[in-house]
Amino acid sequence: MRALMQSSSGMPRLRLFIGCALALAVLPLALQPLGEAWVRILDTALLYILLALGLNIVVGFAGLLDLGYIAFYAVGAYLFALLASPHLTDNLPALAAMFPHGLHLPLWGAIPLAAVAAGLFGMLLGAPTLKLRGDYLAIVTLGFGEIIRVFMNNLDAPINITNGPKGINSIDPIHFGRVSLGEPWYLPAWLPAGLEGVALPPVTLHYYLFLLIVVGAVVLTQRLHDSRLGRAWVAIREDEIAAKAMGLNTRNLKLLAFGLGAMFGGVSGVLFASFQGFVSPESFSLQESVLVVAMVVLGGLGHIPGVVLGAFLLAALPEVLRQVAGPLQAMTDGRLDAAILRQLLIALAMIGIMLVRPRGLWPSPRHEDQLMPDVADAAKAGEGAR
Amino acid sequence: MDIFIQQLINGLVLGSMYALVALGYTMVYGIINLINFAHGEVLMVGALVSWTVVTALGDTGWPGWVLLSLSLVAAVLVCMALNVAIEKLAYRPLRNAPRLAPLITAMGMSLLLQTLAMILWKPDYKPYPILLPDEPYEFMGATINLVQILILGVTALTLAGLMALIHGTSLGRAMRATAENPKVAQLMGVRPDRVISATFMIGAALAALAGVMWAANYGSVQHTMGFLPGLKAFTAAVFGGIGNLGGAVVGGVLLGVIEALGAGYIGELTGDVLGSNYQDIFAFTVLILVLTLRPQGLLGERVADRA
Repeated sequence: MRALMQSSSGMPRLRLFIGCALALAVLPLALQPLGEAWVRILDTALLYILLALGLNIVVGFAGLLDLGYIAFYAVGAYLFALLASPHLTDNLPALAAMFPHGLHLPLWGAIPLAAVAAGLFGMLLGAPTLKLRGDYLAIVTLGFGEIIRVFMNNLDAPINITNGPKGINSIDPIHFGRVSLGEPWYLPAWLPAGLEGVALPPVTLHYYLFLLIVVGAVVLTQRLHDSRLGRAWVAIREDEIAAKAMGLNTRNLKLLAFGLGAMFGGVSGVLFASFQGFVSPESFSLQESVLVVAMVVLGGLGHIPGVVLGAFLLAALPEVLRQVAGPLQAMTDGRLDAAILRQLLIALAMIGIMLVRPRGLWPSPRHEDQLMPDVADAAKAGEGAR
Repeated sequence: MDIFIQQLINGLVLGSMYALVALGYTMVYGIINLINFAHGEVLMVGALVSWTVVTALGDTGWPGWVLLSLSLVAAVLVCMALNVAIEKLAYRPLRNAPRLAPLITAMGMSLLLQTLAMILWKPDYKPYPILLPDEPYEFMGATINLVQILILGVTALTLAGLMALIHGTSLGRAMRATAENPKVAQLMGVRPDRVISATFMIGAALAALAGVMWAANYGSVQHTMGFLPGLKAFTAAVFGGIGNLGGAVVGGVLLGVIEALGAGYIGELTGDVLGSNYQDIFAFTVLILVLTLRPQGLLGERVADRA
């Protein structure tokens, strides 16, 4: 965002900003008449942007390849699902006695709780593994993600906690006071004629909430990037030994990157759970982790506008094409249905974009913000020279 | 006790297949420093090609071992061509790109192969016919069938052949030289592109072999079947010390045995709180433990902290 604004100066910059803000605010209202599915695509894209921004801290800033990132998303989602649905009280009579009205954790409680829980998980995973070199770290994080998924799938016995592969449903929608995002909201009567009483469906309400959080996350990560902390991460990414020699506490800094990145995952998990009203292990597969990594890398590693672009494209484009997939499905005798087409497009995008632009679609303009191309080569040469 | 022997046999069989796939990962990693995420899908393609050949020739009435051998040849050829094509298309252009770029294309390739296989072969589980006599033999209180014996024997033979290839031929020497230092190898007259293609071909042949074994042993094939074996085999390669051929074999076999024993005993150990559905956890728990205590893997050399 800031980079966008910096490109022009003075009044045009302000105008650009206001223009963007207005466009983002009006977008769902413009799409709404075409069908709620379109606004839903925007909502999903915003959630993915939030995930990608979090992962960008770990992979883009600190250079730690994390292939189990979706686990933190799962932690947030399941946390909210357990604390804001009848599942736990239905299965544990003792809890039901303690909370006769059921568990209904409000959003303002759920977000910090999920952020802390996911952050702790992140550090827990990070602590023993941060000694590892790049690819080893990738595979350990991947393993961690799989372990979490196996537990989600199997913790329905002996005590039914996660309800296994069936997942948890009837999760509360988000509430603000008496306004629930799960029901349409009617514009108040004091608005000018034509606007009063217009209904905003749940998808649109969620859009505004998500947009607000994403904008907050963009500002936060950009400030992090420009801070002392961000520079320290970049130093570690470029050359860990040199960074250590400069007096940086690399272990704590890497842990912090893991923890902060995980927090973003946890918060998006809460939003996802309440938005869907349903969570199951299927949503947290390795493929999702890979997808988020792909978003970060395709957009431009470490460059926030690029990451937002990458996440938006990978999340929204296949969904949009899915809307027009009907005729294709008829043509190919049902072999190319919407879900398959989406997978196919994501796979082709991952290969195609990397081949054409190996630095991502919108890479960072500053040289030191890009990953060095010859890190692998250098390591290799060092290995051979010994 | 017979549970122990039985699970040991199952583990060795599973571990042999892991080892074959792990070799492909480790050879590619040793030479171009890339985690070839699509390698598990090569196993899947091998199994599906084999299934296609076997069912297409099913009416001819030829004996089972002929069908199996024919389908194995077909699977190996298709997979070799496929893996070389993948390398040329998706990895070669990115050889000097940022480190993450080829990794992303590799993941994309994996997804692409899975999706194409789903379109081509339809997403349902397909039963793989029983081609060899499957009556079990008694062995020290446990049972083993012909397919399992063959898997163990063929794996041992293949490994011996591979070692001879790597240590006894000029291609093998070129591969070792390229793994050691690509630039110097090139100066000595080794053509890196040719060596890399050969590496991908050998890896694909091993994966295809493992795929056919997997199909014959478990009796069903599907487009997602390559994912978990691929992941576990990579785990095995890391476990043994990635880039190290002996390590891949040791890692693969050990991982198979640990998984089988773990699945056999977890119920007893935890008082039936956790069941064998937690089998998949063992591989990753072992991996995390080993890497924490011995980051270079069992047989790997310690490498300077770079990258």
